[in-house]
Amino acid sequence: MVMSSLLAGPAILAAETSEAVHHSDGGVLAAGAWLIVLVPFLAALAIMLFGKRLPRRGAELAVAAVGFVAIYGTVLLLTTWFGDGIVYEGAVKIGQFGGFEIEWAWVVDGLSIMMFFVVGVVSTACFVYAVGYMEGDIRPTAFFASFTLFAGAMLMLVSAANLIQLLIGWELVGVSSYLLIGHYWEQKENSSAGMKAFLVNKIADIGLMIGIIIAAVTVGSFTISTIMEKVVESDAALDDVAVVIAVLLFIGAMGKSAQFPFHVWLPDAMAGPTPVSALMHAATMVTAGVYLTARMFPLFEHMAHEALTLALVIGTITLVIAGLLAIVQNDIKRVLAYSTLSQLGYMVAAMGAGAYTAGLFHLFTHAFFKSLLFLGAGSVIHAVHSNNMTDMGGLRKAMPRTFWTFIIGSAALAGLPPMAGFFSKDEILASFNEGGYPIVLALGVITAFITAFYMTRAVSLTFFGEYKGHGHPHESPAIMTVPMLGLAGAAAVVGFLNVPGITSSFYNLVTTRLVPHELLGEHATSFDFTALALGLTAGVLGIIIGYRLYFPDAATQEERDRLRIPVLWPLLENKYYIDDLYMNGIVNPIKGPVARFINWTNSYIFDFVVNMVGVSTRGLGRFVYGGLDQRGIDLAINQAGAGTGYLGSKLRYIQTGKVQQYAAALFGGALVLVIGFWISIT
Amino acid sequence: MTIAQFLVVSAALFSIGIYGVLIRRNAVLVLLSVELMLAAVNINFVAFGSYFADSTAGGQVFALFIITVAAAEVGIGLAIVLLIFRNRASANIDELDALKW
Repeated sequence: MVMSSLLAGPAILAAETSEAVHHSDGGVLAAGAWLIVLVPFLAALAIMLFGKRLPRRGAELAVAAVGFVAIYGTVLLLTTWFGDGIVYEGAVKIGQFGGFEIEWAWVVDGLSIMMFFVVGVVSTACFVYAVGYMEGDIRPTAFFASFTLFAGAMLMLVSAANLIQLLIGWELVGVSSYLLIGHYWEQKENSSAGMKAFLVNKIADIGLMIGIIIAAVTVGSFTISTIMEKVVESDAALDDVAVVIAVLLFIGAMGKSAQFPFHVWLPDAMAGPTPVSALMHAATMVTAGVYLTARMFPLFEHMAHEALTLALVIGTITLVIAGLLAIVQNDIKRVLAYSTLSQLGYMVAAMGAGAYTAGLFHLFTHAFFKSLLFLGAGSVIHAVHSNNMTDMGGLRKAMPRTFWTFIIGSAALAGLPPMAGFFSKDEILASFNEGGYPIVLALGVITAFITAFYMTRAVSLTFFGEYKGHGHPHESPAIMTVPMLGLAGAAAVVGFLNVPGITSSFYNLVTTRLVPHELLGEHATSFDFTALALGLTAGVLGIIIGYRLYFPDAATQEERDRLRIPVLWPLLENKYYIDDLYMNGIVNPIKGPVARFINWTNSYIFDFVVNMVGVSTRGLGRFVYGGLDQRGIDLAINQAGAGTGYLGSKLRYIQTGKVQQYAAALFGGALVLVIGFWISIT
Repeated sequence: MTIAQFLVVSAALFSIGIYGVLIRRNAVLVLLSVELMLAAVNINFVAFGSYFADSTAGGQVFALFIITVAAAEVGIGLAIVLLIFRNRASANIDELDALKW
């Protein structure tokens, strides 16, 4: 906060704070927003139960569900844009343990509406595309059920008004991503990739869980808005642990958003079908970490600047190393995967630099152009039946629609005006510059250059030159190209939502929250021409050098081979040996000695203790049965019975059957009573 | 006449009745002795009823009830004795010990 308020000046702060008063509760539209979460879940359930009996094996339900979300999200977005701005929290109590209430609560504010819109629209594009792409798949019903669950889980995550619900959505995203990445589990590497994604995420999730627990224990509530109130009040108890909470939450975010050193799962997640990659890399899953950071941003900004610095460092490392890795990949999906990592690095670094809006804006634009690129790559793979760019080439004539949409996506990713990526990346670079992080700015600009370079390489290898694969590739059907055209349109125009100094629709949207504006970072009011010039130069330079090196006839193979710098190139090809490090440093030791030691401990120590407990319990049982029960308790009971019988055998002789004896006893008794009565009255 | 004179007669009659019930072997005589005891009680009722000058004549009414019930009772008793005698050719009460242990 200190930095941004210095830049903003008190006058702007006051103006922004007074602006924030006018919010509407959104009426029935916001109150019914729980439908956004419920409909995909119900659709997933319905697909699992009766998907196989439907004519398209459940795909129609999946498309209908996400289509509904897209429409609802769009209506919400337009309402909040042209109205006062919706800020609403709804809750339904679903249970109670003592004083602890469990409720399903949903938040409808600018941030969550933005996510509803992105998830809805990008999911709809990917789902419609998947209907064509998954034609003839072995398990379409299972695929669409998991896919719908995936979208629903993400919506659960972004709609969550409390951290428990957020965690549930978070874990469901992890589970459904595991199912989708391992969709073709017959091949070992695919199921391993799913498991890797799940386990790496799980490790990071521990951070998130502990962070949530500390936050809830400190504040006394899981509700995010309550925590935010404490942040605004500068609560002393929260302030003490804010850095710990923020760092732990950020560790969780690092897992889902695949930040170094948890980035290893994302490239392997390419094992899933391409629509999954498109959705996972654009709107769902990887954006969850950035979303969490944005949702908790006031905590970071106001109380935990150390955590923001950590985010800046981690984001910067990720954006550089992932960008470099994308250069050496031959698998087209892996190029895009590393590019996603790199762009996520930008978003996280922007958050770290205090640029809330810039980070979210890049999330927003990136969702459109990255899903577009993945769908384009899927279309190419569909035609060529190979992921490898060395099997492609010259596809621009055979697949014109795929080619042009891919060009638009690449231009957006490379940051060429007027595509969406230009504005959002420029805003991030500007935030580095204004925040006073020259090293981060330099690395960001270098990575912008690298981005343009590897995208030019990918476009060139895929669409230009001679076709090197087998068969005759042809354009994908309309059901696949129409979503791509739609996303291309979006990738071209959404950048204009936030042009510094001209439009600020996006800024207004994502700052429509209960927390005061000054806790949501600084909004750029004019272009930062230094950053703009640097970013644009880097992008254009990257394209020129990429063109020089990789376009057919522009360079010889020897010239390309000069890039293969000793040490560095193998380092990149082996992904900095990070995977080997994890494999040999963590996984194998755990699988080998640690597992054996634990097994030994289990067999010889725990089992021994358990056996001893069992043996001694059995001995005790025998003693209790033989000694106490049979000889003690049973003896007493038998003796009581026998004694009563003996007594009865003796006493029965008083029953003589002689009436006169009974009568004598009767009169004797009466006499005794009379005498006793007479004595007592005298 | 004083109340004590009635009570003495009544006590004597009652004692004779008890003696007969406990000592006689013949069931018919035992029943007769029971009748003696009832008569003694009736004397008491009538004597106390007169002594307390009860306007509702409760003592006398009770005595009449007892006479009625005693008549029914001795009827049933004699019928039982008759059946026992037919079965066993004896009305000796000592031999009637079927209820002993």
